Amino acid sequence: MVDSSKYLLILFIAVYTYYNFSYFRYQEIEEKHKACAGQIRAMFALQALAYLILYLKTEKILVLYFYLAQVAFFLLYIYLYRVFYRNVSRVLVNNMCLMLCVGLIILTRLSLDKAIRQFIIIVASALVTWVIPCVLDRVWQLSKIPWVYGVLGVALLSMVLVAGGSTYGAQLSIQIKGITFQPSEFVKISFVFFVATMFYHSTSFRQVCITTVMAALHVLILVLSRDLGGALIFFVTYLCMLFVATNRLDYLLAGMALGTAAAGVAYKLFSHVRVRVSAWQNPWADIDNTGYQITQSLFAIGTGGWFGMGLYQGMPKKIPVVEKDFAFAAISEELGGLFALCLILICLGCFLQLVMVACQMQAMFYKLIAFGLGVEYIIQVFLTVGGVTKFIPSTGVTLPFISYGGSSILSTFILFQVIQGLYILKRNEEEEYGNQE
Amino acid sequence: MGIRNKDKGGEKGREKGKENPNRKADQNILILTYFFVGLFIALVLYFAVFLTVKKDDVINNAYNARLDSFSDRIVRGKIFGSGYEVIARTNVSEDGSEQREYPYGTLFSHVAGYTGKGKTGLEALGNFYMLSSHVNLLEQVYHELTGQKNTGDDIVTTLNVEMQQAAYDALGDRRGAVIAMEPDTGKILAMVSKPDFNPNTIAADWEDIVAETNTSGQLLNRATQGLYPPGSTFKILTALEYMRENPDTYEAFQYDCGGLLQEAEYTIQCYHKEAHGQVDFTGSFANSCNGAFAKMGLSLDAGKFHQLADALLFNTALPISLPYNKSTFSMNTGADTWEVLQTSIGQGMTQITPIHNLMITAAIANGGTLMKPYLIDRVETAAGQQVKKFMPSAYGSLMSAQEAEKMAELMRHVVTEGTGSALRDASYTAAGKTGSAEFETGKETHAWFTGFAPAESPKIAVCVIVEEGGNGGKAAAPVARKVMDVYFSQQESEE
Repeated sequence: MVDSSKYLLILFIAVYTYYNFSYFRYQEIEEKHKACAGQIRAMFALQALAYLILYLKTEKILVLYFYLAQVAFFLLYIYLYRVFYRNVSRVLVNNMCLMLCVGLIILTRLSLDKAIRQFIIIVASALVTWVIPCVLDRVWQLSKIPWVYGVLGVALLSMVLVAGGSTYGAQLSIQIKGITFQPSEFVKISFVFFVATMFYHSTSFRQVCITTVMAALHVLILVLSRDLGGALIFFVTYLCMLFVATNRLDYLLAGMALGTAAAGVAYKLFSHVRVRVSAWQNPWADIDNTGYQITQSLFAIGTGGWFGMGLYQGMPKKIPVVEKDFAFAAISEELGGLFALCLILICLGCFLQLVMVACQMQAMFYKLIAFGLGVEYIIQVFLTVGGVTKFIPSTGVTLPFISYGGSSILSTFILFQVIQGLYILKRNEEEEYGNQE
Repeated sequence: MGIRNKDKGGEKGREKGKENPNRKADQNILILTYFFVGLFIALVLYFAVFLTVKKDDVINNAYNARLDSFSDRIVRGKIFGSGYEVIARTNVSEDGSEQREYPYGTLFSHVAGYTGKGKTGLEALGNFYMLSSHVNLLEQVYHELTGQKNTGDDIVTTLNVEMQQAAYDALGDRRGAVIAMEPDTGKILAMVSKPDFNPNTIAADWEDIVAETNTSGQLLNRATQGLYPPGSTFKILTALEYMRENPDTYEAFQYDCGGLLQEAEYTIQCYHKEAHGQVDFTGSFANSCNGAFAKMGLSLDAGKFHQLADALLFNTALPISLPYNKSTFSMNTGADTWEVLQTSIGQGMTQITPIHNLMITAAIANGGTLMKPYLIDRVETAAGQQVKKFMPSAYGSLMSAQEAEKMAELMRHVVTEGTGSALRDASYTAAGKTGSAEFETGKETHAWFTGFAPAESPKIAVCVIVEEGGNGGKAAAPVARKVMDVYFSQQESEE
């Protein structure tokens, strides 16, 4: 039963992935809607089968209720969205739901308690971020307050640096009344807004310098907090936005050279950077200690192979922090390498959709925001998947929408809703324009 | 409407730049997007290569707890001899229960090992391969869907069944070990250790084997784990060190042997107090004259001698994958006369395993270069398709080619005019060194022989130890000869 189900699960996500890319091909809106309907069917089939197995394996009735609650949530989210925002990007909503759904499946398998907590956060985030498209549409002052974003970002990050608790050697989070939250997840958003507003107003040399100093400040604080993954995301995002805003290749190249030099200095200066790099180069040399996590991850992925061990057939809990940074390894182990590959492709598809929104936007402000957020998203996916598979040194970032963690969920919701808002803005405008003619 | 107003804000930028900056920006976005897509293509390719090619080597690791569950879905593969003789196979009865069978019984007991009470020997070494299946993916999927187990891959070993049998018979009921390997590849052709056990009935016999009253050490693979005083086989090292310290004059070495050497209050005697008379360097080695080697030993720099021993893998990890014990050599600068005298002739604190002794001999036979000994030649699917091939690989150079050549010459003389007479009339030109190692007063010595053949271009190296066998030349050398005989008669019939 579990054995045959794993092939079906792979089939369902493969069908979903197929629709995700065929969507780009279709010109007619009806065709696009058909593809999206196909995606929804594949996703619910996947979820139903996965939870059936989870239920059979655990024999906890709570799992069934949990499943029903999720179905209700996803159905409401998908269809109510269309009622409120007629011109919503359906494929983007679908992708959000699919990633949340896969995340909840693997999390339920790892820890039902955590899955339920995660689900509550998801519902809350969905409700809170619901208004974002509406806000983007009406509050035009958003493009006028660069220093609010900039100062807020630096202040939040500094707060963590000064008062933050450390997890696995990095200072990432602060605790307020028992709730830990990770400000850098939100500063990611404010940072993109900051850079976009700055460059929207001017791309003069002076403005570029000022913006660069502020951006460098962000990155520096993150490096000091030992959040290397975060620092890298901010850095690359800034370079990309700078290049697009100024159309100056020399800025991009200079930035890359500077970044390489800085990485070299960081390697010389910080022992934790060297530890990460050596654990990547040869994790087998120190398998009990620094190499433990990555080797366990490779064991998981390798033992799972292309088709996976099947839910509850593997040992994903052998990997430390599997539900956060190493969720991808657990997915690959039990649901299969093919499933994981489809997931990578879906993430890449998401990025392409975000970039398309960026290209469609006419105002540079919106263009930069959409692109900046898109870049942040894809680097994060790359860092986590690359780190877990030992393609690059592990930097300890989460897989958006899939890994366990409230801050990460909420900030990814914000990220997607901002883009969704831009998309709706554009479509509404087109419609109106078309009607006037 | 708010929407239009909002877009007006956007239009400001558009008007200023007259579409142009936007087109440029979109172009740049496209370039960067290509870059990220490129990164992901690399990532996906890497992931695919990992899952297709690299994963086997990665997950075959003692730290991977997941391996233990493999037998739930795979029927363990076979162990083959080099000619596809079945050394171990799993029979599945109709009710689905599995039974591991070893058709040769006790013949391969230590080297093949056993499963059930833990895993040893090749059963441990090849565990991962035999529990992985490389029949094609569709067939695997079909089997899983129909609830059948897949058949694990088979391992084809380097073991030569006839030679194993010859070694096994030649050792007879005596305790000890015999190992044969190809010096130029490192392939192990035979590995026998006695006393042995029957892997077919290991579960039933277990209580007896591990009982406190059982002191035979049946489970110990003496070939790799047995530590013995090297006796006169150690003179290979003493001679080598003497050559190194006296490069121009060692050939002029002379010693008049009266059967005894007096040094201060100590006496060293030759085997059975035999007087060798006037002997030179080659003669002392060939006749294994203790007096001569004790005298050489006294002239040596103990610190350098220690370095030589270390370089020849004493006190060092051996490049083999079976469980083994490290050989020990403790003499160092400042050693007293008695220790020097004893150590130079292979007595004293020095201890060596048979496999290590064989590796030194094999390095001499192979121009100084030690090839890593190995047992698994290749892994094949149940259908006979090759999954993985293990190639010979060099460990490194233990001595220079000139030194190896000189040592080989000395060892040839042992056979032609010295203690290795048992091989003198063989149809091939053998070379070697005998040893009769004292280990406990009042007991018969352990008999050693380590050698190779043909002397001019060595193809096979053999090491024999017979516990309490007495004289190495008489008890151990004939065993080695029987194994070599089989090897060369096989070669002949092949041609």
